[in-house]
Amino acid sequence: MIIYGTALLSICLLLGLTMGRMLGNLAGVDADIGGVGISMLLLILSCDYLQRSGRMKPTTEAGIAFWGSIYIPIVVAMAASQNVLAALQGGAVALLAGTLTVGASFALVGFFVKAGNSNAPAKG
Amino acid sequence: MPSMFQSLEIVLIKNSLLVAFAIMGSTVWISYFLSDRLTRGRLHGSAIAIFIGLVMACIGGIITNGKQGIADITALSGIGLMGGAMLRDLAIVATAFGVKAEEFGKSGLVGILSLFTGITLSFLVGGTVAYSFGYRDAISITTIGAGSATYIVGPVTGSAIGATSEVIALSVASGLVKAILVMILTPFLAKYIGLDNPRAAMIFGGIMGTNSGVMAGLAATDPKLVPYGAMTATFYTGLGCLLGPSVIFIFIRTIFG
Repeated sequence: MIIYGTALLSICLLLGLTMGRMLGNLAGVDADIGGVGISMLLLILSCDYLQRSGRMKPTTEAGIAFWGSIYIPIVVAMAASQNVLAALQGGAVALLAGTLTVGASFALVGFFVKAGNSNAPAKG
Repeated sequence: MPSMFQSLEIVLIKNSLLVAFAIMGSTVWISYFLSDRLTRGRLHGSAIAIFIGLVMACIGGIITNGKQGIADITALSGIGLMGGAMLRDLAIVATAFGVKAEEFGKSGLVGILSLFTGITLSFLVGGTVAYSFGYRDAISITTIGAGSATYIVGPVTGSAIGATSEVIALSVASGLVKAILVMILTPFLAKYIGLDNPRAAMIFGGIMGTNSGVMAGLAATDPKLVPYGAMTATFYTGLGCLLGPSVIFIFIRTIFG
């Protein structure tokens, strides 16, 4: 049944978000720390277990895969419901703070990625 | 035939999520068509779709003066549900299906390192901009720096340390600028920063941190990288809310008093 996959996905997300909130509470902040990341690990581990024990059916997989494949239109809907106007009207401080942070962050990503590559043992 | 329009309006409002599916499906279709015909596939269809989404959000903001982009128009409110946290997180987690857990472990350490450097860098750059615009108190500098982390870290930090509402609004705007720029720029800059493998995507998620920016930016670059970037980015906002009002604020206060 396809719903088994969607139910498994939902259970992983609900558990993961709860654990993320609990982590946040432990750290003393009213925010979720890593809820989606924990959910992803739960999904990976439970699917792995089901596959190993031979209980993962193709229809169950379809109930998970559907949501992953509808990801892009969901992200487009997310973009369409952002407060873009507030960003544009934020004035020079906001525009500059946001833009310079993004520029510096891209440079830092490039540095990290390349630093790791040169440390890795050379491959043929 | 006013009755036809009235009927249509009632149907659209009562079935807002279906309206969202129909509009987003058409938007993606048009975007892939444009990508194919105008750019011969060089600019990814999803990058165009996300850009159209941002333009829609801007139009919605101008028409309604609301905070939720196009979703503030009643008949289009389903777009807010479709792109809201619940379905977005469900889809994100589903993209991890088929990924091996070891993949995350291999880059775990550099992922954690990128989180801490990314958060520090945002506070540093945002705080410096605030200082250069004449903000001299530690509370405002920290809050605008926090906004440069994400538009959630900004208001959380600001209200924790007692920033003025004007400064908190600025911090939200800085975070929104960041999220939108990451969405738009990532597909163009990906090849220059080596963003084409799971490890680089985890570093990218950790340093950028802005969930919406990372998720949309990676979707527009290579959807296979989405789960890796999302894995680290999902820790960023929480860590920022933890470090901002505590360690980072205390550090900035010792400098500016």
